[in-house]
Amino acid sequence: MSWTLAFGARMTARSLLEVRDLRISFGTDHGVARVLDGVNLALKRATIMGLVGESGCGKTTLARAILGILPPNARNDGGSISFDGQDLLAMDRTKFSRDVKGKRIVFVPQDPYSSFNPLFRIGQQIMELMKWKSPRRTAGERSLGALLTAYPKARYRIDRDAAMAMLREVQIADPEQAFAKLPGEFSGGQRQRLMIAMSLMTEPDLIIADEPTTALDVTIQAQILMLLKRLAKDRGVSVLLTTHDLGTAYEICDDITVMYAGQDVETAPVEQFFAAPRHPYTARLLASLPSATGEVREIGGEIPNLIRAPNGCRFHPRCERAEPSCAQTRPGVDGQRHIVRCFHPLAVREQAAT
Amino acid sequence: MSAPAPILAVQGLARHFAVHNSIGMRSGTVKALDDVSFDVKHGETLGVVGESGCGKTTLGKTLAGIHTPDFGVALFEGVDISALAGAERRRIAQRLQYIHQDPGNALDPRWTIRRSLEEPLLTHTTLPRAEREARIREILTAVGLPATHLDLYPHELSGGQQRRVGLARILTLKPRFVILDEPTSGLDVSVQATVLKLIRSLSRSFDLTYLFISHDLAVVRMMCDRVAVMYLGRIVEIAPAEELFTNPRHPYTRSLLSAIPQIGGRRVTDTFVLEGEPPDPGHLPSGCRFRGRCPKAAPLCAEREPALEPSGAVHATACHFPGDARNA
Repeated sequence: MSWTLAFGARMTARSLLEVRDLRISFGTDHGVARVLDGVNLALKRATIMGLVGESGCGKTTLARAILGILPPNARNDGGSISFDGQDLLAMDRTKFSRDVKGKRIVFVPQDPYSSFNPLFRIGQQIMELMKWKSPRRTAGERSLGALLTAYPKARYRIDRDAAMAMLREVQIADPEQAFAKLPGEFSGGQRQRLMIAMSLMTEPDLIIADEPTTALDVTIQAQILMLLKRLAKDRGVSVLLTTHDLGTAYEICDDITVMYAGQDVETAPVEQFFAAPRHPYTARLLASLPSATGEVREIGGEIPNLIRAPNGCRFHPRCERAEPSCAQTRPGVDGQRHIVRCFHPLAVREQAAT
Repeated sequence: MSAPAPILAVQGLARHFAVHNSIGMRSGTVKALDDVSFDVKHGETLGVVGESGCGKTTLGKTLAGIHTPDFGVALFEGVDISALAGAERRRIAQRLQYIHQDPGNALDPRWTIRRSLEEPLLTHTTLPRAEREARIREILTAVGLPATHLDLYPHELSGGQQRRVGLARILTLKPRFVILDEPTSGLDVSVQATVLKLIRSLSRSFDLTYLFISHDLAVVRMMCDRVAVMYLGRIVEIAPAEELFTNPRHPYTRSLLSAIPQIGGRRVTDTFVLEGEPPDPGHLPSGCRFRGRCPKAAPLCAEREPALEPSGAVHATACHFPGDARNA
C-alpha cells in the first residue's frame, strides 16, 4: 500500500508536505469539539510557511497532528497528511517514531525555558538525541531498550563533532563549555539558539516551529528569526512556523496560511497576503493591528465555541459580507498560489481600502 | 513654573534586590530601579517600554506600594507616597491603582463577579449596600458587560470578558491614576484591539491618568502621549511618543525600534545589527550600562555614567553621544 502512495505522490513532487481535508476532534466533558474542520495545506521544499491565526484556531493542533503527538482524546475524523510521498497517518507507528518524528520532521518549541531538562547538562541532552536520531545511525542498529543499547564509539565521535559545529553555526561562543553547562546557565535567547541547533542536527526536511520567539524580547527575537531563516534557507529545510504575531510571519515567511476556528481561510505569498488580502477575516485581522494613526479597529464578536461551531464557513456570524449560503456550505478552494476560501472575497479594487 | 503640578512626580527612585548565593550569603545587588526620575501630567498616558529585566514592572510595583523604594521620592498629588504604610497607604490605594498583567486571572474562581467587584468597596469605603450595588452596576456597564454577568463565576466568562471584569474591579474605587502592567501581553491582535479601545474610552469617561507599561512598542506608540525607554533599571530616553518614534536619540532606543517588524516595510531580519544580550543585572559594567552592545561606545562611556539630560525642547536622553535630530 505504501508503494502506491509513494508513487502517487511523486506526481505532485513539489510539495514536501500536503495536508488534505484533515478533520480532528477532541472529546470533552461538554461534547465533541471539532478543532480541525477540513484543513488543507501544501508546503513546498525549502520554503517557510507561516501558519497564523488567533489562539484556538487550531494551528497548534495541526502542528501536533503532523508531528503525531496529539493527546489521547484526539480523534481523527478523516483526511490525510502526506509527507514526502508517504501518508503519515497510515504509516506504521514504530517506523514513524524511528524515522520521521524527531528526525525528518522536528519541532522547535515555544518556550525555551521549559523545553530542556533542567537537571541534565546540555551536552548530555544533545548526545541523547543524537544516539537515537543521528543521520548517521544506520538501519542495522537494533533498537533494544534505551539502557541496553550502547552508543557506537565511532559514531559518537562523529556525532559530537557535528553537534559542536552546529552550536558554532548558531553562534554559541564556546561549544565545548556549553556542552558542560546546565540549561539554567543560559539566557532565554541562548536556549532558543540551542533548540534550533538541536533541531537541525538530525538533518531534517521539515522544522515545525511553534511560536519560537513569543517568549523572547524584541531585539532577541530579531536575532533568532534571522538565524532560523538563514539556517533553513542554507540547508534547504522547510519550516512551518505557527505564530499569532503577524510581524514575525512577515519577517521570514515565503507564504502564509491563515486559520480561523479550525478552518484554513486563505493562503497567499507573503507580499500579496499583506498588501492584498482577499478573505474578509484576513482583512479584519490585518486592520486590527496597532496602527501609527492611533485608530483602534476591532473585529466584532468573539471566536466561536468549537463544540457548537457554526456550519459552513465558520467566520460567517462575524462577517459583514455573509449571506445565507455561507451558513450552508463551506466555500471551496479558489485560486492557485493565492487561495481564498470565501463565497464573497474582497475584489481586487477593494483591496486598497482595507 | 506656570504649568499645573504633575499628578505624579518621581525623583531619584531606586529599588535594589539582594542576590544570594547557593549557601544563602549575600553575593551582590540587582539594581532593578536605579535613580529613576520623571513626571506624569494629569490626564496623560505615559508609556514605559523596555525588555524583560529592565525594571519596568518593578517601577510599577514600587509606585503601587508593593515594593518599598530604597531611595528617592514619589509625589502623588503632592504627597510623598514612597514611605507610606498601613492606613495611609490604603487611602492612597483608592486613588492610585495597579493592574496586573492579566487582571482576569486575579479573580477568585470561587467568587461571583459581584463579590469580586464589591470587595474593594468593602475594604476601602463605608458605602451602604444599595450604593455599592449601584456603583458596581455602573462600572460593569462602563466596561461593556451586561448586569446579568454579576451572578456568574469567572470560568463562565471568556478571557476577554474576564479582563473587562478585572478592569472594572480597579475602577470601582474611582481611582485617578492607574498603573497598567502589560495590559495586552498574550492577547491576540483582535482581542488586543478591543482591550485597548476599552482602556482608552475608560480614561475619557473616568478622567484617568495612566502609566502604561509594555514591551510592545507598536501598542505604546498608539496609546501613549509620552514614552520612557528603560534599560537595566534606568530611563535612557523620554520624549513625546511621536518624537521618540520618529526621532530616537539614544542608541538603545534606535536598536529597539529597528527590531520591530514593520509589515510592508523593510525586513528586520535583513537589516538588524544589534549583537549580544543585556548583561547580568547583578554585574553591570562601569559607566554606561549599554556600552557593551552600543555601536557608538567610546572610552568616556566606560568612565562616566551618562545622566538623563534634556536634549532638545521635549526630549531627554541619557547618552554621551546622542544621535542628532533626524539622522541615523
